[in-house]
Amino acid sequence: MTRLLTVENLTVGLPAGADRPHAVEDVSLHLDAGEILCVVGESGSGKSITANTVMGLLPKGLPVKGGAITFEGEPLLGLSAEAMRSRRGRRMAMVFQEPMTALNPLMKVGDQIAEALAVHGKGAEAKARVPELLAAVNLPDPAAIARMHPFRLSGGQRQRVMIAMALALEPALLIADEPTTALDVTTQAQILRLIREIQQRRGMGVMFITHDFGVVAEIADRVAVMQRGRIVEQGTASEVLNAPRHPYTRTLISAVPHGRASDRAAIGPEPVLAMKGVTKTYQRGGWFGARAVVKAVHDADFTLNKGETLGLVGESGSGKSTLARCVVRLVEPEQGEILFHGANLRPLSRQGWLPYRKRIQMVFQDPYASLNPRRKVGDAITEGPVTHGVSPAEARQRALELLRLVKLDPSAMDRYPHEFSGGQRQRIGLARALAMQPELLIADEPVSALDVSVQAQVLDLLAEIRQRLGLTMLFITHDLRVAAQICDRIAVMQRGAIVELGPTAEVFGAPKHPYTRSLLDSIPGRGWTPPELAEIS
Amino acid sequence: MRGFWRNFCRNRGAVVGLVILLLVIATAIAAPWLYPGSPWDMAGMPFAPPGEMGMMLGTDSLGRDVAAGIAHGARVSLLVGAVSTVVALVIGIGLGAIAGYLGGLADDLVMRFTEFFQTIPSFVLAILLVAIFTPTIGSIVFAIAVVSWPPVARVVRAEFLSLRSREFVQASEVLGKSRISIVFGDILPNALSPIVVLSSLMVASAILLESALSFLGLGDPNMMSWGFLIGSGRSVIRMAWWMSVFPGIAIFLTVLSLNLVGEGLSDALNPRLARNRGGKA
Repeated sequence: MTRLLTVENLTVGLPAGADRPHAVEDVSLHLDAGEILCVVGESGSGKSITANTVMGLLPKGLPVKGGAITFEGEPLLGLSAEAMRSRRGRRMAMVFQEPMTALNPLMKVGDQIAEALAVHGKGAEAKARVPELLAAVNLPDPAAIARMHPFRLSGGQRQRVMIAMALALEPALLIADEPTTALDVTTQAQILRLIREIQQRRGMGVMFITHDFGVVAEIADRVAVMQRGRIVEQGTASEVLNAPRHPYTRTLISAVPHGRASDRAAIGPEPVLAMKGVTKTYQRGGWFGARAVVKAVHDADFTLNKGETLGLVGESGSGKSTLARCVVRLVEPEQGEILFHGANLRPLSRQGWLPYRKRIQMVFQDPYASLNPRRKVGDAITEGPVTHGVSPAEARQRALELLRLVKLDPSAMDRYPHEFSGGQRQRIGLARALAMQPELLIADEPVSALDVSVQAQVLDLLAEIRQRLGLTMLFITHDLRVAAQICDRIAVMQRGAIVELGPTAEVFGAPKHPYTRSLLDSIPGRGWTPPELAEIS
Repeated sequence: MRGFWRNFCRNRGAVVGLVILLLVIATAIAAPWLYPGSPWDMAGMPFAPPGEMGMMLGTDSLGRDVAAGIAHGARVSLLVGAVSTVVALVIGIGLGAIAGYLGGLADDLVMRFTEFFQTIPSFVLAILLVAIFTPTIGSIVFAIAVVSWPPVARVVRAEFLSLRSREFVQASEVLGKSRISIVFGDILPNALSPIVVLSSLMVASAILLESALSFLGLGDPNMMSWGFLIGSGRSVIRMAWWMSVFPGIAIFLTVLSLNLVGEGLSDALNPRLARNRGGKA
């Protein structure tokens, strides 16, 4: 095998005032032709910076301070912009994370690929090559797709187009920066398979950047683990995944949701919430012209018993969030019954709902958007109880207790949300919901925006609080491993309908519906069970 | 707050604008001491050129001091600019908030009403209103406010539409807060930056509108204003250029300074946008 890329002792600085002096420090790695190297790390670990340095795409203000990059036997650092440009695209190509914004919305897909060819003087071949490339990334009817504008393609299809564009000039090196993070699991599985297949067919070297150990298990030959700008562990995939040596790798791997259900107390049939035939449709179109009708949720039935956690799982657009929002009236369904302890909540007015606000609370997905940036944490936690007539002093006292419960410092009370990390903000959001002393907690993807290690902490916290306060919980997630770990029963949603509902072990062990089966088959790294690692002190 | 200042000062033009604006405000405040007595009184020989007879900026056809007129006119111009902007903000924020927060039919009705105002040329409407209500300072402020609220309503509506679906607003809904406290406590504070920027530009256009109205003789007859000075000098501009030019420069500098300050505010309140624009670090 030939050595394709070598990075030696690379150090890239950060602007003054950042949390550390170097974005990337003393990084050494190498990549052979025909190999997939996964660079893994949490957000801010410097994995994208490493990739961008290789491509010569560093943002201004991040100076390369030392080290060398050798690509196909030639040093890359210090090349002129012109020399870099002739290699970029032709010899090395990149696929980005966000397929929705990476394509020019005003240009036909085929023209964009042809442009990539034309830039490197191969415009004449475009007519023949474009359909060929689109076929190579397994897009159906390449001739028709080439004539479409990007908005007509789904996220997965766009990512395929991006890959086709990157492959247009048959590069020797492909850098993929989280190419599947924005995609649903079933699409992700297809794209991973595609990258694997093309890489093998053409003998390319692929540098694959990801934060997901499941994806690593699926695709990697070798793995480099990054933490705070340094590579802490490097080795073959099986070594790193099954016998990690560095403490950080061990923490990361033990934080991967293991998907093993924990033992729980038996739950009696004592319904807290019952949904019967809930339907919500969205209508588009104005006063004139035809209306388009989209069924976001239809005929949803489920019961939630006291002390139980029900998981709503499904891909984006399956209606799981809409259904959860129906329960707290953020969305008003037009049909069906929402029975809370037997009382139908659906026809109630805004006023009539007030007494139930205390008893049903919600935790939101995005820790950066779910707290008012202009309100102190203490005020955010106390405003709910105060609205419902608790005296401010008492609410403050309770907020302090809650901060302790979610393992935050009491000094957090007088600080603003932007001073906290994502995981801490999610705890604040949880404290805000708990301040109302609810019986039913709705958690809408509470961990999907967090890094794995933080995700594990928040999940543990949720499990502990649920146990201690005897909460009933409706847990929405797209991550099946997380669902398996935390839920007693699981409802699988597809295109607005619940297609399967049953105890967790049953749904995972013997799925009945074909969609559930395809979801389970798409879990990245399903063949890999994270090893049980001894606690490291 | 300190970060806000640093970002504001990074824009040189904004600092210059702020200095000019403060000078104009100081002149307006100090006018009764700088030029005691009424600016309508005769102070010297008619048509005295600048610098002669102790008149720094000359006199007009009735021997009134142009410099005194400009200093006293600054009070009227700034007052009309500020008050009419406040009135326009109250109308615009109110209607925009209703449209953006409630959405649906309320949104449709309010926005059609807003468009109704936007389809009428604003200056013509302002002239009409002042002519109907007889020119007083009150009717001028009212007319300017009525023609300048629609952009505020549109901006506020757009901000509310996007903020309404943010999770922290939904969290407040789930906590059971009232609509009023969600609108004023959660959404409005987060929509303030574009409103602040817009309002500094509105003060500038209100000053221009007021000047234009008094140029046409529709100003308050008891108030000295820049537009009136230009209007009265227009017929003798070839004989006595200073009568129109100096008030013109005053309007120009004030409006320019407000625009510079507005741009500085916009940079300071959206530092990320400013940096992307390639401003010097």
